[in-house]
Amino acid sequence: MRVSLFIQSVVNGLNQGAIYALIALGYTMVYGIIRMINFAHGDFIMVGSYTLFYTIPLMVSWGMPAWLAVIFAVLVCVAVGVIVETVAYKPVRSAGSMSALITALAVSVFLENLAMVLFGANPKSVPAIFSLPSIEFLGAKLQVKYLLTLGIGLAMMLALQLFVKKTKLGKAMRAVPQDKEASTLVGINVNRIITTTFAIGSGLAAVAALMYCSTYPRCTTDMGSMMGLKAFIAAVLGGIGIIPGAMLGGLLVGLLEIFVKVYIAPGWYEAITYGVLIVVLLVKPAGILGKNVGEKV
Amino acid sequence: MSSKEIPVLKAQNLGIQFGGLKAVTDFNMEIGQSELVGLIGPNGAGKTTVFNMLTGVYQPTEGSYYLNGVKMNGKKTHQVVEAGIARTFQNIRLFKKMTVIENVKTAMNMHMHYSLASAIFRSAKYWKEEAEIEEKALKLLDVVHLKDKAYVVAENLPYGQQRRLEIARALATGMKLLLLDEPAAGMNPSETAELLEIINVIRDQFKISVLLIEHDMSLVMKICERIQVIDYGVTIAKGTPEEIANNQRVIEAYLGKDEEEEAAVC
Amino acid sequence: MPKEKKVSYLINFIGVAVVFLLLMALFESNVLGTRTNYIRGIATTACYTIIMVASLNLLTGFMGEFSLGHAGFMSVGAYASAVVSLALTESGVELPTFVLFILVLLVGGVAAAITGILVGVPALRLRGDYLCIVTVAFAEIIRVIFCNLEITGGGRTLSGIPSLSNFYWVFWVMVICVAIMYLYVRSRFGRTVMAIREDYIAAAASGINVTFYKVLTFTVSAFFAGIAGAIYAHYMTAMIPTNFNFMYSSEFLTEVIIGGTGSLTGSIIGATFLSALPELMRKFATYRMLAYSVVLVLVMIFKPGGIFGTWEFSLTRILKKLAGKGETKAVTGGAAHE
Repeated sequence: MRVSLFIQSVVNGLNQGAIYALIALGYTMVYGIIRMINFAHGDFIMVGSYTLFYTIPLMVSWGMPAWLAVIFAVLVCVAVGVIVETVAYKPVRSAGSMSALITALAVSVFLENLAMVLFGANPKSVPAIFSLPSIEFLGAKLQVKYLLTLGIGLAMMLALQLFVKKTKLGKAMRAVPQDKEASTLVGINVNRIITTTFAIGSGLAAVAALMYCSTYPRCTTDMGSMMGLKAFIAAVLGGIGIIPGAMLGGLLVGLLEIFVKVYIAPGWYEAITYGVLIVVLLVKPAGILGKNVGEKV
Repeated sequence: MSSKEIPVLKAQNLGIQFGGLKAVTDFNMEIGQSELVGLIGPNGAGKTTVFNMLTGVYQPTEGSYYLNGVKMNGKKTHQVVEAGIARTFQNIRLFKKMTVIENVKTAMNMHMHYSLASAIFRSAKYWKEEAEIEEKALKLLDVVHLKDKAYVVAENLPYGQQRRLEIARALATGMKLLLLDEPAAGMNPSETAELLEIINVIRDQFKISVLLIEHDMSLVMKICERIQVIDYGVTIAKGTPEEIANNQRVIEAYLGKDEEEEAAVC
Repeated sequence: MPKEKKVSYLINFIGVAVVFLLLMALFESNVLGTRTNYIRGIATTACYTIIMVASLNLLTGFMGEFSLGHAGFMSVGAYASAVVSLALTESGVELPTFVLFILVLLVGGVAAAITGILVGVPALRLRGDYLCIVTVAFAEIIRVIFCNLEITGGGRTLSGIPSLSNFYWVFWVMVICVAIMYLYVRSRFGRTVMAIREDYIAAAASGINVTFYKVLTFTVSAFFAGIAGAIYAHYMTAMIPTNFNFMYSSEFLTEVIIGGTGSLTGSIIGATFLSALPELMRKFATYRMLAYSVVLVLVMIFKPGGIFGTWEFSLTRILKKLAGKGETKAVTGGAAHE
């Protein structure tokens, strides 16, 4: 095994994994609070990417660094997230998980087709975001922006973890899934908490979009759904609803994909990722970091 | 019961731990043919845990239990039921969106034998068995006074009737030992009286043994031949209703731990 | 068989036959002119979609678990049947087309059913969202396998599959499949499965082997998805594994929910409507999907149980009503009736 190839694969895997992790954090936040698989979350990445595509030239023309366009992306994604939550998800919240799932799928279809109408079917190339050098390390070429992606991912995870554990709002967020009624009784505005969660999750999607576009500078209307599905798998693998689990799952899926691609069989990497997920869920039904809770009889 | 007879239920040093916490320890019990035994104890004493062990919902970590001399440890819930132990639940668990009679028929499934092919081709066997269980189910519903509600969706029944339906469903399994988990909970006095009558009829008519968890002391004292008291998972007394009523440890367990139970004992 | 049932089955059969004759008259009389073939194609699509949606409804409506990987089973049926029919054609075996058609349907169904057992045994230990995700995972694995196997085209289009699925045959296959599913649901098997949906702990406490009946239903559902796949393969005559992706699976689930979980009538109408709608609105392709998703959200908001809920159409009941007999008990004695 060549050392340089190995290191290259580790770095590529971590980069890919960090992008998944950023998306997975969004899934986990929402699932952790309302036990709903927000299938549209992947499409928020798409929304963020298109926003970047249109705002980066703007930023550059104002003489600002391109990556600052992420501010617009965050704003747009948060707005879309909150609107989706209020208009579509809130009304079906009491109708059961099946309705919630279908609604999320519908929103996903809606966003993709809206993007198709607005931006057309042709892929758009996002301008370069970071002009960072690459360094030589044991014969491997390492992109500094990859390390940046990983750093941002870890920083986001830590920030979220601290936010959820330490702040009052974060504590309220953890209380809501335990018992909605009791939360209301102690003065938590459940609806506001859920909306805030969506806002945070969507904001994260914008950051994920930035890192995604810096690695793969292309946006298409359907980019979100497949990415989203894999990031969701990552969240489940790590233990959905658990913030460090999303990070762990994301990195694991990223590394697994790259290593299978490079060393085992390029055509099979997806099957192997899904296979690992199945095995993990059968052994630990609540994911790697999840706790198994049996039903009370 | 005579000493030679094999008891319907025999539990020997039965116990279970949940992550180091001993929920029930050294649980011993024998129930004879057609006997009606009460299992009482304050809230959280481990009564329902005993039921869960006896029905394979939890696997006991210590000891063993036998139904008519056959060891039941390691069997799954449906196998335990097939062997002859049926139960009701403290927090009613009906098939809510199904009709009353369908609830009962469901529990007869293990006595039905027509194949998938019979079902699809609607063979004579299908019609015969379906007609038979319809009749049987109506009879059982008659026992619990629900015959006129046979085609009502279960969730639309009032609370007391839902409890009786659970009993009918348990009876439909054709069991030898019936475990009733607080059958009178939430019932008013007239409903409780009706329940009492039903339990007596069941015992006489079906020749089965009954183990009853109940908070309503007057009910337990009235119908149980023997009573076993547990507290913190440990058996603290066994005996006839009179013995239990005068047992100092039982009184302490109830009066000392739970104010509400005091009212029930008195 | 009770006489009342005999009459009811006969009436329903006559109803189906009348629908068939009407469609036949429509297609044969050339009223539609040049559009005949086009409309007939839509009708064929609707038939295999109905089988797919009804079979998924067995899981979703009657067993209470939702699968987002049903297209995976369909692809197993499609590829297994296509491989067999291609091999038969190549080796020069001359079978009457009808025999060949029935053979490939069975091959598709059995292959999918076997896959159903293989998937169901491990997967059905999970429930709810987790099961849903695992079904997606299995469907994706199946897709990747077909993308990599040489015999299934190795990721390229598998073409040259004999065109066997003509509308008249497919219609009756659909009727038979739906009838079998209906009879399955209205038997002790359906009863246990519904009990498991309502409360699996109470079901076990009623002596039901929960795992067995879940796997059985999963397998039956996969079998019919396999048949639908076989029809698909021999209608399209060419396909690639990516046809059976996550979006295709989610379309089926959507149609189940829109039609009404636990209503086979809803499945039939939902599948027919939604197969026809995109074709009829082809001119507005992009807006069509937008409108579709909006309608979907609206249905979920205002009718979360689906348009038909658990209601089942019954010709006998209607005839009885018309005859003025106020029979309240459902004719087929079903459990899902409200």
